[in-house]
Amino acid sequence: MAKKLLEIKNLTQYFGSSKEPVKAVDGISFDIYEGETLGLVGESGCGKSTTGRSIIRLYDITDGEIIFNGKDVHSSKSANEMKQFNRQMQMIFQDPYASLNPRMKAGEIISEAFDIHGLYKNKKERLEKVESLLEAVGLNKEHANRYAHEFSGGQRQRIGIARALSLNPSFIIADEPISALDVSIQAQVVNLLKQLQKELNLTYLFIAHDLSMVKYISDRIAVMYRGKIVEIGLADDIYHSPVHPYTKSLLSAIPLPDPISESKRTRIPYVHEELDESASLYEVADMHFVYGTAASVKKWQNT
Amino acid sequence: MSEPILQVKDLRIHFKTFAGFVQAVRGVNFELKAGETLAIVGESGSGKSVTSNALMKLIPEPPGIYESGEIIFNGRDLIPLSDKEMSKVRGNEISMIFQDPMTSLNPTMRVGRQITEVILKHKNVSASEAKKRAIKLLDQVGIPMPEKRYKQYPHEFSGGMRQRVVIAIALAAEPKLLIADEPTTALDVTIQAQILELMKDIQKTSNTSIIFITHDLGVVANVADRVAVMYAGQIVEYGTVNEIFYNPKHPYTWGLLGSMPDIDSNSDELLRTIPGSPPDLTQPPKGDAFAARNEFALAIDYEKEPPMFQVSETHFAKTWLLHPDAPKIPIPEAVAKRIEGYLGKENMLNGEKTIRN
Repeated sequence: MAKKLLEIKNLTQYFGSSKEPVKAVDGISFDIYEGETLGLVGESGCGKSTTGRSIIRLYDITDGEIIFNGKDVHSSKSANEMKQFNRQMQMIFQDPYASLNPRMKAGEIISEAFDIHGLYKNKKERLEKVESLLEAVGLNKEHANRYAHEFSGGQRQRIGIARALSLNPSFIIADEPISALDVSIQAQVVNLLKQLQKELNLTYLFIAHDLSMVKYISDRIAVMYRGKIVEIGLADDIYHSPVHPYTKSLLSAIPLPDPISESKRTRIPYVHEELDESASLYEVADMHFVYGTAASVKKWQNT
Repeated sequence: MSEPILQVKDLRIHFKTFAGFVQAVRGVNFELKAGETLAIVGESGSGKSVTSNALMKLIPEPPGIYESGEIIFNGRDLIPLSDKEMSKVRGNEISMIFQDPMTSLNPTMRVGRQITEVILKHKNVSASEAKKRAIKLLDQVGIPMPEKRYKQYPHEFSGGMRQRVVIAIALAAEPKLLIADEPTTALDVTIQAQILELMKDIQKTSNTSIIFITHDLGVVANVADRVAVMYAGQIVEYGTVNEIFYNPKHPYTWGLLGSMPDIDSNSDELLRTIPGSPPDLTQPPKGDAFAARNEFALAIDYEKEPPMFQVSETHFAKTWLLHPDAPKIPIPEAVAKRIEGYLGKENMLNGEKTIRN
């Protein structure tokens, strides 16, 4: 097995008053291995975006540990160490319209991080780097002098990807990177992410609610519900032999581009069961874990 | 066959902008029968929303211009109607469900009043009767405790529940035609499935016709009887849902079907993509608008616009590939394989059934 790049232990993120906190992320643990893509799925409000944002330190976490490359992400660090960490971990955002500064040219957006990190001080070197990044994401170098509004949605998302790649990170969190794009453009961006992963040996945390796309891009999938990971395993196992009733319900709701099977599809409704204190992640098969009590997991396996 | 309740003939809509006239809809023809669902699919900018807004005469003039065409609803052309006449049609005979339930409800009005408003405007009933109907509607769209919910404000509802309220408002005057513009795009898959089930149930009981605008082919396969694929302001392929999904003829439809991964697709292969982006509609290209992105484009595609070729009684496609003199180009392998997979699964299931019987 590849080496663990990221270890998340009991990550907890509460918002609001300490008396009645909103438990956005409620004690989750998982690992991400080097070079893999972990898909994180769930309905809106389940805490999947909060998880991503906590990992990259956009929030101060309530409790838990996030260990990246053997170092704790959230422990206090000097500004210099922080920068080193930031180079390693980058993020691609959902909305390519809101995540690019409309007053900056594409080239400036991509190279902004070079100023912060004091890289490529030579003008020519910098230009070359920007051009090679633009080409890597399928744009051409003339695009460096254009503003965000001059690009289409798919092209903007490519600029967002080029920006995320500018510091040669090893780990990228993609928070719904294709939800705002058209179907034909989604495929272009997903193919690009896959190609880049192969070329640069990147590791992805891919957050999305489009389950067929997640299945396609992910090696492993984690399903979140109400701030907990209810099931995690290899993508094929999650899709073909789901155990947790929420996963089953979620899968039964995906519409497929196949009219005959659609006319026969029956959705499995999900009824939340309160679990007692003994609930935890149980291994039901190799690398396949389900959250529940010993009794409930057994029951789900037999249905 | 029953009479169509809606016929759209050669509809052309232009918008005047600083950059020139944008030809958003360039000659669209289709018809719809009672109780039928037509799905219009296409990328953003393909003209699908402009077409559906035009049916309600919701295109602002200026900058919009109804360049030509007819929208014959119930035997009457809607285009020459005045605003006053149209207001009797809107929300009454034709109503609309919008994409975003967060912004299509009035946040300062209790949901009950937003429903009774429609009933009181279009139906000749007393206020108490309208309230009764509104509560019944809330119940019908699957909102629990309708009497209590009637008095609440939109912010007290979740996204899925809000979309149910929007549907209740759209149904309040018992319309003959319901236009749903991406009604589930903003919702989670589980909620989406519930809303689609609800719309199908309602259609069964009330025989409403539905025009469903979406770019999600899974949703299309789920709801549609007929499908119109739009590209650059035109319908490029039109047919029954089975014809479009199992026997697609237009390379753009191949592209759309190919760019969606399905659960069984092998993740080592790259997805098929449609290269490039849609044309600028201020100056639509000469010939076939899709030619520049079409890997199977013929020389004539750059010269002359293809007509609608008839494939079967109900299936049409606008591509020169269907001309008798055109080279025979088979469906791309990846798409063909997937269709085979779906049909194969089907035969297997049917086979099993016959064995059991």
